Amino acid sequence: MISALNLLVGLAMGLNLVALGSSRLPSLIRTVAVQGVALGLMPLLLESDRLDWRIILVAAATIAGKGFVIPGLLRRAMRAANIEREINPFIGLVPSLLLGAGGTIAAVVLAGALPLLPEHAGLLLIPGSLASVLTGFILLIGRSKAISQVCGYLVLENGIYLFGLLLIKALPLLVEAGVLLDLTVGIFVLGIIIDRIQRAFDSLDTRKLTALHE
Amino acid sequence: MNALLLIIIPLAGALLAAIWKDNRTRPWLLPVFGLLHAVLCVRLVFDRPLVSPGDWLGFDPLAAAVLPAVSLLFLVCGCYAVPYLQTRQERPNRVFVASLLIVLGLLSAGHQARHLGLLWIATEAVTLATVPLLHFNNTPRAFEATWKYLLVGGTGIALSLLGSFCLGYSSLHGGGEGDLTFVALMAQGAELSRPWVLAAWVLLLVGYGTKMGLAPMHTWKPDAYGEASGIVGAILAGGVTSVAFTAILRIRSVVNSAGEGLVADRTLLAIGLFSMAAAALFLLGTRNYKRMLAYSSIEHMGILSIGASLGPLGVWAALFHVWSNCFTKGSLFLCAGNIRRASGSSSLDDVRGMAHVVPRSAALFVTGMFAVTACPPFGPFFSELKVLGAALKTGHAWAVGGFLICLLFAFFGLSRVVFAVVDGRPRPAAKAGGVRFRETFGFVAPPLLLLAFSLWLGLFTPSILQVTWTAAVAQLFPNP
Repeated sequence: MISALNLLVGLAMGLNLVALGSSRLPSLIRTVAVQGVALGLMPLLLESDRLDWRIILVAAATIAGKGFVIPGLLRRAMRAANIEREINPFIGLVPSLLLGAGGTIAAVVLAGALPLLPEHAGLLLIPGSLASVLTGFILLIGRSKAISQVCGYLVLENGIYLFGLLLIKALPLLVEAGVLLDLTVGIFVLGIIIDRIQRAFDSLDTRKLTALHE
Repeated sequence: MNALLLIIIPLAGALLAAIWKDNRTRPWLLPVFGLLHAVLCVRLVFDRPLVSPGDWLGFDPLAAAVLPAVSLLFLVCGCYAVPYLQTRQERPNRVFVASLLIVLGLLSAGHQARHLGLLWIATEAVTLATVPLLHFNNTPRAFEATWKYLLVGGTGIALSLLGSFCLGYSSLHGGGEGDLTFVALMAQGAELSRPWVLAAWVLLLVGYGTKMGLAPMHTWKPDAYGEASGIVGAILAGGVTSVAFTAILRIRSVVNSAGEGLVADRTLLAIGLFSMAAAALFLLGTRNYKRMLAYSSIEHMGILSIGASLGPLGVWAALFHVWSNCFTKGSLFLCAGNIRRASGSSSLDDVRGMAHVVPRSAALFVTGMFAVTACPPFGPFFSELKVLGAALKTGHAWAVGGFLICLLFAFFGLSRVVFAVVDGRPRPAAKAGGVRFRETFGFVAPPLLLLAFSLWLGLFTPSILQVTWTAAVAQLFPNP
């Protein structure tokens, strides 16, 4: 099971790079959605010997939320704004890919420095988590379209979720549920805001959000 | 039960606000539920309930040391909200009133959270609940501020979740059973895995520091405070930041018990001084009196952070400063709201001579400016003096030097802006402007009351508060 799980984590890490390299918004959203589904499958693999309803619930909620609901909202926002492309990002595609690759290597090195419990040895969850967090940051900082930034935020959250998998046994249900709910609601709100921004600015370019400065 | 009541009362109020039909009478729910909350809160301070160590939620000494200040601030702001929302009948206030009450409930939850996960949930929920408050004005500029607030704040809050996970993992690695209450984590102490504790500390400090508005994670603050209405600014600056501060205090005590207290203190001191310096420099440059208040808030968060780094004495002083900052800053935000409504702008390019247009608010604004820049005999003077005393006692003379220089520059910056607003001849537009703003009792009494609280704190720091702060320090430093 560990090898299957590591395969999924590796897939998620690969998708990070795909996300960094895609300039078209639909493919970016699709990449994030696939990553969400991969993440949703992980708790099932991790706890495959003693599945209970809590684990299944977490998996189902993750697949539904990260894989379908949020990408759906993002697609709606994209259609409403009538944009398809990230035309000139703050950090170009090639530099951001290079940064992402460097970040992934750094994540693997950094994860090696942190002590792990014996049952977690050999899992790629920590490097995967750190790499996704870094990728999320690059997307957040480097892209100018609001939708790309929301995708970056999602990748960042996915990284945190990967880490959370290590603790899925130890964290009580309340925390798990609250975490998922809050994160989903957070994106929901972001979606609504995008809608409003679109009406106010007729564009989703955050470069135009420059009225407030010193 | 009492701890839960503090959360349930405002949430019930929010529910009532959501189903309340009349736009004109709905704002009255704010002072009513604020009063209920404040009475319960003050009663609990005098008769502090016992909290068993395993509780996830409880009115413990640290909650008692900070939450009443937030509750009183909310009550006064609630009173101010009634006339404010009366003058803004053109906008439906259902969401605004309900969100404000939800924020109060969640702040109560955050202050009383004794569990790492619960604390995070409450903070995240507060962040989301403030979003409708920020874009109440419905202007493009308010949208821009909200977007930045959500993006920066959301990233910060995500990092603090990652930090919470790291702290949880350090407990598991040290043989813990997955009990994430702060009491259990502190009891585990040196068994916590050090590398994970350090990783957790960095992430949690950045995460909650973003919420608090420490530089360099402060970028959302000037935009949000600049565009929000006065009440929202007051509650963000006095209430929401204090939740993040108590979170940092609780986490620091865990890091301390793990044996990394020195690292924690050094980072807090450095980030505190950096915040003060950054705020002082921006204060010298800003040309907007509401953004000025945001920078002043960053400066005071820096002072809190410095206080927190200076051991028991410093934490005591910082808790004192939470109170004095909460009331003084609240008063300034409400005055700034009055001036904004009277002048129609918050930029120095358009506003001057407000002493002729709104004489009472202008007088309060100037007095508040002196109070917040630590002129005696207001609260901030005495609390900052305590912070300085703690710094000298712990041998941080160079920090005292930096602190005083920053205070001086902050004073230059603040006084420059405030006198530019107050002095001179009013612009004709402000006098002839469409709907004239009238300085009624309801608009002037709340900021006056907050300033009076600040004065009272400075002159006669009530002994019950001193006892509570001492108890909170004892909770954070169980074995000095």
